[in-house]
Amino acid sequence: MLKLPIYLDNNATTQVDPRVFEAMTPYFLEAYGNAASKSHPFGWKSEEAVDYAREQIAALIGSSEKEIIFTSGATESNNLAIKGVFEMYASKGNHIITLSTEHKAVLDTCKHLEKMGAEVTYLSVAEDGLIAVDAIAAAIKPNTILVTVMYGNNELGVLQPIREIGALCKERGVLFHTDATQAVGKIPVDVLADHIDLMSFTAHKMYGPKGVGALYVRRKNPRVKVTAQMDGGGHERGMRSGTLNVPGIVGFGKACEIARLEMAEESARLMVMRDRLETELLKLEESYLNGNKEHRLPHTSNISFKYVEGEGLMMGIKDVAVSSGSACTSASLEPSYVLKSLGLDDELAHSSLRFGLGRFTTDEEIDYTIKLVSEAVNKLRDMSPLWEMFKEGIDLKSIEWSEH
Amino acid sequence: MAYSDKVVDHYTNPRNIGTLDKSKTNVGTGLVGAPECGDVMRLQIEVNHETGIIEDAKFKTFGCGSAIASSSLATEWLKGKSIDEALSIDNMEIVEELALPPVKIHCSVLAEDAIRSAINDYRAKNGLEPIESEKTHF
Ligand SMILES: Cc1ncc(COP(=O)(O)O)c(C=O)c1O
Ligand code: FES
Repeated sequence: MLKLPIYLDNNATTQVDPRVFEAMTPYFLEAYGNAASKSHPFGWKSEEAVDYAREQIAALIGSSEKEIIFTSGATESNNLAIKGVFEMYASKGNHIITLSTEHKAVLDTCKHLEKMGAEVTYLSVAEDGLIAVDAIAAAIKPNTILVTVMYGNNELGVLQPIREIGALCKERGVLFHTDATQAVGKIPVDVLADHIDLMSFTAHKMYGPKGVGALYVRRKNPRVKVTAQMDGGGHERGMRSGTLNVPGIVGFGKACEIARLEMAEESARLMVMRDRLETELLKLEESYLNGNKEHRLPHTSNISFKYVEGEGLMMGIKDVAVSSGSACTSASLEPSYVLKSLGLDDELAHSSLRFGLGRFTTDEEIDYTIKLVSEAVNKLRDMSPLWEMFKEGIDLKSIEWSEH
Repeated sequence: MAYSDKVVDHYTNPRNIGTLDKSKTNVGTGLVGAPECGDVMRLQIEVNHETGIIEDAKFKTFGCGSAIASSSLATEWLKGKSIDEALSIDNMEIVEELALPPVKIHCSVLAEDAIRSAINDYRAKNGLEPIESEKTHF
């Protein structure tokens, strides 16, 4: 039986896997010790659990467990990585390179640092959402200390050429940070092969709990350090103070272990469903895929349905939870800056929906979504003045719009 | 944010979707908003020359649910009204009727603009001066 509403917003967050939930429960009511308490079994038990989780997490990304710094999530990891490098390596330079399509946790951190004297280059991506490695190479200067480029984009799902960027940075002696929030647990990520120096990721995007994440900080070749952004007890090798969120960390570890073991099968399954959804929806007239089709996460699809407004469309498919790049979904009245960075007409940006499939998505749900979205698009086009004009062959650009 | 029942009702069963013949002198067309802003509303009225009463009203809207509901409601209210009565429709009445939250007030403003613009188009076609709005929206 199909259960409504259907959740297709797995890029925003995911359901906790019941196996993860189960692994966490003892750490609330029984093993509730502080992992930093060295003097009694409560503390030892928690410390042991944290150590084990660290191993599970490290195994997923090919790092050593000593290189995992626990945080409250990817937002904090991004802040710690970028601000921490800026402070720690101030004597080497002040220039940071990033992309205009990064998550706000990176962009706003960079903006903040600009006020503190950083020089930041925001590179534009191509129409398909990808950055050319050459563009990064050309932007590196003698005072460049950090390149920060996201692994998979949260809105489009496009995957940047991380391995090539990593190799470039290594060759040029610049640190490389990647916000891999959307990629870790979904596709194979290997910090060594990818030459990553710092990497942010979070549990809640991979069927783990909210409020726990990690920053991978390379210990060898080169040994990377970041300046702590909070003062306190000096936990996490002095880089991130605060009592560890033991149940969260245990869940994060379990989520990583499941991902490592099941990723290959799961991503193949999701890709088949995603492709079916996409193929069917792209059969609708004037619908367009946003972002590169090949270099992409297996579970994400971002489609614009021209002449239909995204929020209006979401209301028409209210039994399916998705997200839209439409301005109407935000208070700002600006459509998604990521879609605008692709050079998309505002109109198309307003007309987009992002579908994010996940571990618990079923074929039946995809069938239902295809039907519902197609019906809603057709219905809204029947009431869209723009669709009528398009059908009459009127060029919308020839009209003088009364902007307000 | 959840939509009010009235917005859902107008969205699900929009009243008076359609197109009137804009070449007719007794039809006024208002096209407001812009595709770049994510909302475009077209509202049309058909006026009885003799009585000055709006006998029919139709709309098509590209926009969020609140914009669709605002224009649908506007066409309902317009039918049977005189031009003067139609001009007195205030966007805040739409806000109240549909229980729109503050972020959706501009959708109702758009509907009010569309009404004025349709009336002015009708007036222009019939050799009358446009009526300026003395109201400013923020
Ligand atoms: C690419 C990216 N970076 C960072 C974040 C923030 O992660 P968190 O919610 O763990 O702070 C998200 C999630 O919204 C994301 O998609
Ligand atoms: S049309 Fe954009 S919020 Fe209503």
